[in-house]
Formats: sequence, C-alpha cells, structure tokens
Amino acid sequence: MIALTVILLKPVLQINDMVDLLEYEGKQIFQKYQVPVTEFKVIRSESDIPDFSERMVIKAQVPVGGRGKRGGVVPVNSKQEALIAMDKIRKIDFDGHRSEVFLLEKAYSERRELYLSVTLDRSKELPVILASAEGGMDINSVPAEKIYRHHIVPYVSVPEYVKRELGEFLGLKDRQIYEVVDALYSIYDQMDASLVEINPLAVTDGGLTALDSKITVEDDALFRHQEIEPRYFGLEPVEIEARKKGLSFVRLEGDIGIIANGAGLNMATIDMISLRGGRPANFFDLGGTDDPAKVIEALKLESKIVSKVLFINIFGGVTRCDTVATGIVQAVKELKPDFKIVVRLRGANEEQGRHILQENGIESLLNLDQAIDRVVKLAGE
Amino acid sequence: MAIIIDEKNIPVIVQGITGHQGSFHAQQMKLFGTNIVGGVTPGKKGTQSAGVPVFDSVKEAVENTGARASVIFVPAPYAPDAVIEAIDSGIKLIVIITEHIPFHDMVKMKLYAQLKGSRLIGPNGPGMASVGLAKLGIMPNSIFRQGSVGVVSRSGTLTYEIVNTISESGFGETTVIGIGGDQVVGTKMQDAVQLFEKDSETKAIVMVGEIGGTAEEETAEIIKNSVSKPVVGFIAGRYAPPGKRMGHAGAIITGNKGTAESKIRALNEAGIRVASTPTEIPEILKQLIR
Repeated sequence: MIALTVILLKPVLQINDMVDLLEYEGKQIFQKYQVPVTEFKVIRSESDIPDFSERMVIKAQVPVGGRGKRGGVVPVNSKQEALIAMDKIRKIDFDGHRSEVFLLEKAYSERRELYLSVTLDRSKELPVILASAEGGMDINSVPAEKIYRHHIVPYVSVPEYVKRELGEFLGLKDRQIYEVVDALYSIYDQMDASLVEINPLAVTDGGLTALDSKITVEDDALFRHQEIEPRYFGLEPVEIEARKKGLSFVRLEGDIGIIANGAGLNMATIDMISLRGGRPANFFDLGGTDDPAKVIEALKLESKIVSKVLFINIFGGVTRCDTVATGIVQAVKELKPDFKIVVRLRGANEEQGRHILQENGIESLLNLDQAIDRVVKLAGE
Repeated sequence: MAIIIDEKNIPVIVQGITGHQGSFHAQQMKLFGTNIVGGVTPGKKGTQSAGVPVFDSVKEAVENTGARASVIFVPAPYAPDAVIEAIDSGIKLIVIITEHIPFHDMVKMKLYAQLKGSRLIGPNGPGMASVGLAKLGIMPNSIFRQGSVGVVSRSGTLTYEIVNTISESGFGETTVIGIGGDQVVGTKMQDAVQLFEKDSETKAIVMVGEIGGTAEEETAEIIKNSVSKPVVGFIAGRYAPPGKRMGHAGAIITGNKGTAESKIRALNEAGIRVASTPTEIPEILKQLIR
C-alpha cells in the first residue's frame, strides 16, 4: 500500500537529467518570444532541402558545444553541397551524439558577437542574468570583470535600470536588447528552464540576431510542459531502460554491482568500495519501496551488468528490510544469477529480513565496514 | 535546548495526512513523541487519520488545534500551494518531505516564506528531529539517542546510517536536520551550522555533504570565521564521475565545480576533519570532545 503512495509522490518523469533542447527547438521557442533569429529551416530528410543559390550554413543538431570546431557547421552554396555536407556530418561523433536532424540557415555577417543568458545561481538561490561583449566562447573562460551580472528576484522581474546598464555594458545604443533580455527571462520563467543562453548574440547591420540557442528545461517541471518529450541523450542502453522504468541508475566503469536505498547512501557505498580498491559498476537508488517486485526489477537490471558480485546495501526506514529480503529471494529463484550477492540490512525490520535471507541461504551482514570488506574480497577472487 | 524545535509538545499538523505516506509517518512521529494534533486533506474534513482529526484547510486546522508547525507529504504539483497555504495560516515551521518539486517553485516559496517569517526545511529530505522533543519527518525512530552532537545532512538514508553510528558509539544527538538533496532548499547547511554554534547543548557538529553546488565550501568559510565548536565533515560522491547526476537534483559535478576534492579541501583549510567512512565519524568525535 505504501508503494502506491510513493508513486503518487512521484508523478513526474524520473529522468534524472535536465532536458537539453536542440538548437532548432530553442530557436522555435525564441521565435515564439520574439527573440530575433536568422531565418532557418529544419532538415529531417533530404527532401526537406529547398533549392537555393545563396550562401547558407548547414548545422548539426546535437546537445553539445564546440560543433563548429568539429566540422558540425558547414557553409554551403547549393542543395547539392548541402547533401554532401549532411553526409559528412552524420559520420561525426559529438561526444557520443550523432546528428539526425539538421538546421539550414542563411549565412550571416556579424559585426560583433555578444553573450547573454539567464540561469539559476545555486548559491544565491536566485536567477541571474549574465552578459558579456566577449561572445562566441565558453562563458567560463571569460574573465569575471568582463561579465555583467544581475540577480533577478522573481516577483520584481528585470528592472528598467538593469536593461540600461546591461545595454551600456555591451556597448549597444538601441533598445532592442531590452526586449531580448525581457524575452530571455520570460522563457526562463515560463519554460521552467535552468538555463536560457544565446551564444553568440550577433550584432548585425539589421540589429541583434541569436545565432545559437541553448535551453535546458528542469525535468522536475516537465509535468507542466507536455510538449517536451523526455530524452535520453548520452545514456547507455541499460541506463535508458532504467529511466523508462522510473529507476535511478547510473552506469560506472567497474565490475561490482550496487543497489542501495537513497542517493547519499549509494554515493557513500561507491566511495567506500572504491577506497578499499574495489570498482563499482553502477549507482542504483532503490528509493523508498514496500514492494518486492521493485527489488526483483532492480536485480534483473543488475544481472545485465554484474559479473562477479552484487552488493545490496539497505538502511531501512520507508523501505522495510523484510520486503527487500523477500524480493531478493524471489529474484534469485527466478534469475538464478551466476554472480555472488552480499546483502547488508539495517533499520526497519532488519531481524525479519535477515531471517528470510538466512533461510534461503543468502549471505547477509549488519556491519557496513565488514560487508564492504567481504564484497571487495569476493570481487578480487 | 536543541535547535529549531526546542520545546516539547509543539503542536504539529500533517498536510497530506490521508495518503499512505502521510498517515504512516504521522503514526511514527507520534510514537517518537511528536504532538501531532491534526491533518489537512481538502475534501476529507470530519474524518480521522493516524488518530487525529482531518481538516479541509490549514486555517481551519490552526483555529481548532493551535498548530504551529506542519509536515508536508503533498505530491509535487500541489506541494507549493500547500506550503503557501501553511505560510498564510501563520505556520512558522514547515517541513517539506515531497520530492521532485521544480526549483522554480522553491525559489518563489522561499522568498515568500522569508517575507512572512516562516522557516522551510526541505524539500526532498527526511525532515528533522530534536531528540527527546519531537520529530517532523520520516527518519526511523530507532536511530536516535539523546546526546550532544548536532547533525546536518543533504542526504536521507545516509543520514540514518551516520546518526545510527553516532548513537551506537554513545554520543547521541541534540538535533538532526536533513536539509534535502535539491538545488534550492529552505534551510541551508550554513544556517544549521550557525544555529548549532549558538545551542548550549550541542558540543560538536557533524556536517554531511555531497557533490554538487558550493554549500559545503560556503559553510566551511562560515565555520572558519564564526564557529568555535568542533566540526566533523563527511562528503559523499568522491568517486562520482563528472556530468552524471547521482540521484539528487543537486548532486552533479559540472566542469570542475562541485567536486568532492574541492569540498574536502575547503573543509580541511577551515580546520575541519573529514571522515572517509561513516564509522570514522565517532572515532574523530572521540578525539575532539573531551
């Protein structure tokens, strides 16, 4: 029955990663909020490419920076050239991402490139506007004195004087920047974004133009944005499988499987195993559960990556030790794993849990240090 | 004395008390000794849950019970409204257990709470307990032992592990606060540490941090400048890979920010010893408290 409530408390997709929109998706949002962008067309297949004879640019659509340096942005003068460029780009590995969609836009001639963004400052717990005349590069490499900053109080929004200051800081005489700043904060606020960035924001003869877009939407807020589909950029198949089942799973490089309840206990378990020379294969937060079926699901997933030892570390509270033990026993009967399982149970119903395991010949310990030693020893055998 | 909850019998309500989590934990809090006086679930007025009356609104609950604190189990999409309702009804201590509340909502809720003089704890945490007085949250009752150590933590079950270790070693705790694993939390680590410094019963402070953000570094700075009591640190996520979010929304290393090394270095520079395993914590405490 408790499990039902746990689901109710988590009605939101558990993707455990922010949703990075692609450039064209961000630019479509920019258009909606009247942020000026260069005219563009989204290319999903060859038939989407129009005939043209002016200078255009074809751009890879991947959620990583530095596309240009890696050949992901190519100037083209005809449909034929565009096709050749797309073929080349398709072969490029962008940190594990491949470009499936392309953006075709008019080549631009800018006079200057600026930087503008709105993001959350975790330490001040407020959104902050960042602006710099040094656009086109990673903002982290721009010296602090060349960045204009203003923290926004949500109920106050962006005051007029801040737009004036920011315009002066960027050397812009036109009030167009005022509208862009307002639009960027509106997108941040209304889209539940953790980052809305224009880099570069070009100063052209025709005014300001966003040459790129980066919008990251917070996954916890996706219930308010049905139009945004969850995505699994840069994840391994086993991680994607876990996400789809609502399980919090991160693949690591080692060979010792880990299941623990709670993110902090998972991290501490990974640390302790590593400190003793073991190599954890994953992070896996079982969460709060009172359903043996979830434990079975967890073991099924682990059986895909574990070769020698699986360590299950539970400190019972919402999660009862006897529930976990029942799930483990059922999973072992069903899966007949060829790896060893070490269980450490503490907290709610630990005695019952240990009893269930003992009856079924599964090793369990109370002491965490002893359990870790045992796990690392088994992995080394 | 303990902190935040520093008196016995403070009247507490549970918002979302008719849910399974709400009713189960209301019972557990009562067993701890918390003075649970009622609950709120709109539309369930006149019923009982966990042996206390249920009301339609917080205002009604406050009028009938004199409640001064609330624990929130309401699902994320409705939790911000429940928090604002509690603030508007004059509740001064609000513990938010709910996870997955968008940080945008939390930024606004926190500003509103500050405006109205309410303290928020959480979200996405296990709540807090002042041993011998009251528990507002979901931590297991069995882990506590009355004593002299103040504990502040960003984790849930890791907190249970560490508190249990401190209890078994004989030290025991004054107050334990789980501040929550999100990017924006109602009560920050540095707030809790400063409150422990002022508390006459707390002889030592244990701070449990994890990767992501800069709260530990900022807390280290405060400890260096204004905390005289011994502090033991623990940082989870030493072996977490960059760019991967380790469960908690706040637990992610981006670039070279938020790493365990940076946090451990900051703590060490502030004269704080950092334990590498939970069991080391009471061992260090033994050396620091005489």
